[in-house]
Amino acid sequence: MSVIAVDRIGISFGGLRALDGVSFAAGPGEVFSIIGPNGAGKTTLFNIISGLYRAGEGGVTLGGEDVTGLPPHLLAARGLSRTFQNLQVFFRMTAEENVMVGRHLRERQGLLGSLLHLPWVSRQNRATRERARELLAFVGLAERARDPAGSLPYGALKRLEIARALAAEPRVLLLDEPAAGCNPVETEEIDRLIAVIAERGTTVVLVEHDMKLVMRISHRILVLNHGRMLAQGRPEEVRADPEVIAAYLGRHGAEAADAAG
Amino acid sequence: MAPGWLTSRGATVAGLALVLVALWLVFPSSFYFRIATLVWISALAAVGLNLLMGLAGQVSLGHAGFVGIGAYAVALGPRHFGLDPLVSLVVGLLLAALLALAVGRPILRLRGHYLAVATLGLGILIWLVLTSEVAITGGPDGIEVPRLVLFGWRVVGAETWYWITGVTLLLGVLVALNLEDSPTGRALRALHDSEVAAAVAGIDVARAKLAVFVIAAVYAALAGGLLALFNRFVTPQTADFLHSIELVTMVVIGGMGSCLGAVVGAAVLTILPQALIMFHDYEQAVLGLLIILFMIFLRQGIVPGLAALIARRAA
Repeated sequence: MSVIAVDRIGISFGGLRALDGVSFAAGPGEVFSIIGPNGAGKTTLFNIISGLYRAGEGGVTLGGEDVTGLPPHLLAARGLSRTFQNLQVFFRMTAEENVMVGRHLRERQGLLGSLLHLPWVSRQNRATRERARELLAFVGLAERARDPAGSLPYGALKRLEIARALAAEPRVLLLDEPAAGCNPVETEEIDRLIAVIAERGTTVVLVEHDMKLVMRISHRILVLNHGRMLAQGRPEEVRADPEVIAAYLGRHGAEAADAAG
Repeated sequence: MAPGWLTSRGATVAGLALVLVALWLVFPSSFYFRIATLVWISALAAVGLNLLMGLAGQVSLGHAGFVGIGAYAVALGPRHFGLDPLVSLVVGLLLAALLALAVGRPILRLRGHYLAVATLGLGILIWLVLTSEVAITGGPDGIEVPRLVLFGWRVVGAETWYWITGVTLLLGVLVALNLEDSPTGRALRALHDSEVAAAVAGIDVARAKLAVFVIAAVYAALAGGLLALFNRFVTPQTADFLHSIELVTMVVIGGMGSCLGAVVGAAVLTILPQALIMFHDYEQAVLGLLIILFMIFLRQGIVPGLAALIARRAA
């Protein structure tokens, strides 16, 4: 049973056909990667799945429930979480507070209780802070917990976004280029994180440029080109697909993939 | 980041309480109590506006409109409906909340300058109604407000009002700080930085903005009601554009996002014009100059700016 299923998604911007008939499904604990050249429609697909764009055609189901066209906060309530390629961090808050915001859905809200600071608010704040600390430790940012997010380096912010997304305990985690701009050490760290997250049962859908990373950690891969599906399958299948090699990987990419395999 | 003693809730409230008592001990005449009362009232409105502007990052250039609603509620309730002033005050708060709820939903979809202009329009609309409905509101000349009677006790004297408004401000600050230190407060700060990321984290951004807009409107209306009851008189000036700008300036000068800053900003903007009376005709010009200097040298606002200075000294 697939946790997330995308069915024949299509969208046009003006006259441009950005996505056309894109379908895939991923199950629990699976690492599913979407690759393709720049402008292939990867981030657009993510934006549709996470409710930021409305698809022209097609639909999305989460855990078998149709969630097509739902706004982001309702998708989040149904177990979908994501990170952003161009960082969307709460820069004026501390690292810890960023992750605490990620706990929003797991927290009791009650505006009146908040205004009066009833005992449950302090209790909950403590629990939320504790959970945020654990998640920061998980992504290797424990010692930066009290620092303003604006003062963290780029690679740390990437991991901070992952911690914030995990705070909601999502069933499906969309990661948009988590290793972009990271050095090899940081990339390896993110590689390890993704593996652990998937092992714990979360479905990870990944958009990534780093071929080595994708080939190493993905269970299955979808290749997009000009908004259409070029190929879909296990890493070794995709790597061997002549069309994929021609359109995207090229000679250089194929060698890099071989070296990684 | 402000040092711990400035951010902690209890310390801020205790500090303010101490200031209340200390000033009460040293003030020589009712003139001082009058000025302080005006400071507490302005501060109350500024503390509410700071939740909207400083915390959630949403501008309102029409906030004095809500002050006007609270002020005219205590004037018109007793006169036209025979309501007790205190009951009228509560009705005023409800009316302000309802109006904010109704207008907020469409208005808060707008961002930045567009939101500023829309709230500006709202403020002007309220002012216009108060000015032109002469038969009901008394028009531009204003209208008298009956004396507040609390359970048979007639509230008289600047010193009494000093305590009523001071304690109300104290509670207002406490509630505002409570909100900041709650899931809703974190949600508001989050959407200030990135609405997209806040929504993806499961925050209903439109609802959160609406909530803080209503809360800020209630603070303003409460300030308005107290102002009218204290002055025993109210004019449409309470709701005019200049007063809206004054409230925004208080928040900005004190330090956006700092509850204590809103209080300090209100104090500066209320006391300075009194202190500058010696400049006679140039009073307004000197006030403007001082505001500009404040913004140049303490760009983050007085409280966060000074806190940063102290932190740097200590380091």
